[in-house]
Amino acid sequence: MQKPQRATVGNQSDGDDIVAGLRNGSATHAERFVRSNIAWMRAIARRILRDDALADDCVQEAFLKAFGKIDGFEGRSSLKTWLHRITVNEALMKLRVLKRLGEQSIDELMPEFDQSGCRIEAPWHSLASTEEIVEQASTRDLVLSKIRELPENYRIVLLLRDIEEMETAEVAKLLDISQSNVKVRLHRARAVLKRLLEPLLRGELG
Amino acid sequence: MTGRIGLGLWRRMKGLMLYNLPLMINCEQFEGFLIDYLEGDLPDRQRAIFEFHLKICRECRDYLAAYGRTIEVGKAVFADPSAGLPDEVPDDLVKAILEARKA
Repeated sequence: MQKPQRATVGNQSDGDDIVAGLRNGSATHAERFVRSNIAWMRAIARRILRDDALADDCVQEAFLKAFGKIDGFEGRSSLKTWLHRITVNEALMKLRVLKRLGEQSIDELMPEFDQSGCRIEAPWHSLASTEEIVEQASTRDLVLSKIRELPENYRIVLLLRDIEEMETAEVAKLLDISQSNVKVRLHRARAVLKRLLEPLLRGELG
Repeated sequence: MTGRIGLGLWRRMKGLMLYNLPLMINCEQFEGFLIDYLEGDLPDRQRAIFEFHLKICRECRDYLAAYGRTIEVGKAVFADPSAGLPDEVPDDLVKAILEARKA
């Protein structure tokens, strides 16, 4: 498995023009900036917050923060990467305020070993392909709902690392935890998700 | 072989062998190395030990294949445009944001 590369985002000269316009307080540039970024920002906020109205609040606050901070934007990353970080940060802040779920035990869904440390894993005769799973709405929805079922601490790390493809160091900073903790949580989230998706991966559903 | 001597006994023998022989790890230790292996953070020697375990252990091979497929499927459902995520520009929200900016 190759580690995914973060997609390169934004056109540099277009970004420079937008930044200059925003710094000058141009309403046209502000509207262009909002229109060209709002859809993906909303998608991220919805994934993290699992609530459409809250996600819209989050997007609005992220834009206002971006307008306020644009003078401090140093161009060390692309404008989209900068905005991505602001959006994720806003969404995480909202989650912390909500404190919807505490630490949940996922031990019973972790891999199983016997007393001598041998893995207990029923043989896989075949493994459903990714295409098979994604092409059907019912199986696709099932995967999305299983991801939503993961305890918050693990779900967020899985989303940021595997879906948003952020670096471990960046996720650690955002969540204020160590990098090794990010890796532990990521591994647990994937291991638990594997268990939750097993009937589907074994071709027993769909 | 497992059919003749029973699964429990076979596992116990395998566990003892993997735990006690040099340059071998058991499945539980393999699990502990897994994330660092995938992240490319394992030193060469540990990586070789990890990969050797993978060669000789059917359970860990099956496990890793399903684990990898889980990651792929997760990415794919979110990448799918019909995954229930919005891709349109919501005019009312754009307007509200631009109004709030002026305030």
